[in-house]
Amino acid sequence: MKAAERLARDPNLKAVVREVEASLDAARRQDVSRRTFLKLTGLAGGGLTLAFYLGSPSVAQSQEATGEFAPNAFLTISSDGSILIYNKNPEVGQGIKTAFPMIVAEELDANWNHVRIEQSPIDEAVYGRQAAGGSRSIPSSWDQLREAGAAARAMLVSAASEMWGVPVDECSTANSIVTHDATGRQLTYGELAESAASLPVPDPGSLMLKARDDYRLIGKRITGVDNEKIVTGQPLFGIDTTLPGMVYASYSKCPATGGRVRDANFDEIRSLPGVQDAFALEGNDTVTELMPGVAIVGDSTWATQSARTSLRVDWDESEASTDSWSGLVEQAQGLSLQTGSETIRDFGNVEEAFEGADQTLEAFYSYPFVSHAPLEPQNCTAWYRDGGIEIWAPSQTPQRAIQNVANVLSIPEERVTLHQTRIGGGFGRRLLNDYVCEVAAIAREVGVPVKLQWSREDDMAHDFYRPGGFHALKASLDGTGRLSGWEDHFITFTHDGRSPVSGGETRGGEFPEGLLDNFRLTQSMLTLATPTGPWRAPRSNAIAFAVQSFYHELAVAAGRDHLEMLLEIMGEPRWLEEGNVGVLNTGRAAEVIKLAAAQAGWGQPLPPGRGLGLAFYFSHAGHFAEVADVSVDGNRRLSVHKVTVAGDVGPIVNLSGAENQCQGAVMDGLSTMLGLEITMENGRVQQSNFHQYPLMRINNAPVVDVHFIESDFPPTGLGEPALPPLAPAICNAIYAATGHRVRTLPLSKDGFSV
Amino acid sequence: MVRLNVNGKEHVLEEVDASTPLLWVLRDHLGLVGTKFGCGGGYCGACTVQLNGRPIRSCTTPSSAAEGQAIRTIESLAADGILHPLQAAWIEHDVPQCGYCQAGQLMSAAALLARNSSPSDADIDSAMRGNLCRCGTYQRIRAAIHSAAEKLGGAA
Repeated sequence: MKAAERLARDPNLKAVVREVEASLDAARRQDVSRRTFLKLTGLAGGGLTLAFYLGSPSVAQSQEATGEFAPNAFLTISSDGSILIYNKNPEVGQGIKTAFPMIVAEELDANWNHVRIEQSPIDEAVYGRQAAGGSRSIPSSWDQLREAGAAARAMLVSAASEMWGVPVDECSTANSIVTHDATGRQLTYGELAESAASLPVPDPGSLMLKARDDYRLIGKRITGVDNEKIVTGQPLFGIDTTLPGMVYASYSKCPATGGRVRDANFDEIRSLPGVQDAFALEGNDTVTELMPGVAIVGDSTWATQSARTSLRVDWDESEASTDSWSGLVEQAQGLSLQTGSETIRDFGNVEEAFEGADQTLEAFYSYPFVSHAPLEPQNCTAWYRDGGIEIWAPSQTPQRAIQNVANVLSIPEERVTLHQTRIGGGFGRRLLNDYVCEVAAIAREVGVPVKLQWSREDDMAHDFYRPGGFHALKASLDGTGRLSGWEDHFITFTHDGRSPVSGGETRGGEFPEGLLDNFRLTQSMLTLATPTGPWRAPRSNAIAFAVQSFYHELAVAAGRDHLEMLLEIMGEPRWLEEGNVGVLNTGRAAEVIKLAAAQAGWGQPLPPGRGLGLAFYFSHAGHFAEVADVSVDGNRRLSVHKVTVAGDVGPIVNLSGAENQCQGAVMDGLSTMLGLEITMENGRVQQSNFHQYPLMRINNAPVVDVHFIESDFPPTGLGEPALPPLAPAICNAIYAATGHRVRTLPLSKDGFSV
Repeated sequence: MVRLNVNGKEHVLEEVDASTPLLWVLRDHLGLVGTKFGCGGGYCGACTVQLNGRPIRSCTTPSSAAEGQAIRTIESLAADGILHPLQAAWIEHDVPQCGYCQAGQLMSAAALLARNSSPSDADIDSAMRGNLCRCGTYQRIRAAIHSAAEKLGGAA
């Protein structure tokens, strides 16, 4: 099983899990340790600028010593009153390029109309972690960004108080203006920038941060900072990169992961119109970096793409994947009859609970592999010269991309410069940088700027898929109709026989662990050679379907109201682990469950064929409950009228962006459960484009009604946690409408259509 | 050789084979990168432009088929620096997430409003179902089209 072993020893697959899974507390500590604020003054162009560095003191001091404007400053205020804020993390559609600057501007008391936002350079020494994944950006940077804004504000106030000869506490700020309240005197931030720059930077510990009641910007609806460029079609995305003298490239890999190039009709390809060269790359046998393939270089995208239709490659598939989804399903069904070979969790005594039960239920749930399918197909532009490389990349992990490229080219990381572009959708796909490595290797061969463009078919054939999975569930109800025991045999996949594949792990902590005494989770693993990876709300996106549907089955069996039984299992308000905001808080859970139910009209009488379904899930530190309102006709045609979402992620930064993320998560969850499925046979993915991978369209899009409980807990991320409850909410609603229990996704397997 | 009229301007492209899809002529040869590549098969609508006012998929339209006709891309939707009411509504409703599909969405929506000044939800769904949004901004797309239609109606 060489193909599976290759994935088992791939360093990036493990690293990417660390990237999205690292504890929120650790992330916060890491970024707070980088809150060194130093100023940079005396800039060229007549303007004086305050510049704050988040990097290590040595980096900031060396920048200060040179006195040059270095664009790695992250907040500058110019004498003309303009305020420039750099956004350090990749914008992938999650809205961070708007939310981060809002946090700075809030504590700065800046007039948002004066604020201009640019994407920062990629530089770990200066910015700390720069990545988009795991819904971690907001929780890890919240304190850091607030302190940066507050430090600048404090210096501006000090400057004004010195000019007026009044105490600091007699001055107030708003809209980029400092006011002496007693006399009404005012100075703008632009007027104060020069003198503020001569003042010492306050210690972050001395700063007074705003109370939530004083927020003017945070919590408002702010339109995305790139929206005008987006709606007018200006260059913004990776694919829009154009360089002088640029050539274009395609890269064809074996449709079965791991195949090598024996030979190809290179001469024929080189003779085609617009083609400049065609050559094979050996790669470094690392699926997340560079696998063998044939590069075609030409003078336009179309020249290289159309030449591919004539490309004939003789693949050596002796070390390639031979995976078969139908075979794996058969194996899983066999395994489901027994307990898992490995025990992950075992609390209380499940056997005893089952024996003493009033009723026990068993059910087998399964879900398929799915693809990320971001709408911007993978692409990247690179220019290799003088032993170094410059890259323009739509990557969710740009710092790791630099390491990957350095590794592939065997050059020092210092010789890799990466420019972050806006990203046309990621959903986790662009946490891995294979396409960046491919263009880097091609660029070294051609020596001029080159843009690699994947086709949609490349994207669907060479993803790091959300792995499918199977849950053989058994649970018991005691004489009062209360859950008394729960056992889950999770059947997942492995590359090495030892640990589960990326995106197919269970680490414990999934519902209902911690909420009842008798709980057991066991695991079995089937060997897999297909690459997998994190997909929006990894693990939870699939497990929630099984466990929240099964809990509804128990409510039905007990003859109880699902809402009441869901609130019952949450019990008294408490953290499941005191002091850890990364775990479930049952009080927060109960509040969102009640809110979703109330807003959706839970309990109202509905006509035959129509039903409400409820589900709750906790993931990525977010508590979310959703109620789906569906109708199903006699031909199993499904209409989703409305989905009500209630979430608690602490204070909301940008209400518009936050609602958009929740609406999008519902659409993504619904689109995926309706009819999306990746299958492989003989190592080849059988779906090639959107006609075989039918993403949901506007005519099937329900109304999504979003409600937030803005608790006082520190804010956490919103890119992911609204997705997991959607599938079980829909399936529970289908049951309520029809009495049919869905235990296999996608819904099309059970004959449902929209 | 191909001769195209794009956004009111004539282009004679000696080096381009007339079978090249219009999408790639716009992007690679004319530098109009607002029109996006999504699937290459006419499924997703990211490449939507208008041909004589009708929305078409430029990824499956050979440029020869567009010769002698009026091609309009996202870059010309704003006239003389004034945003089209749809563009303004897209900003006001904060429609985009990743933003990649939105140029195509806008070109389909503009064609819809040009023939139906006050579309219903059903009209919108029918006119816009060729445009995928992977981020799921459909609800805001509907709202923004209604809002732009009202503004256009109010101005008339």
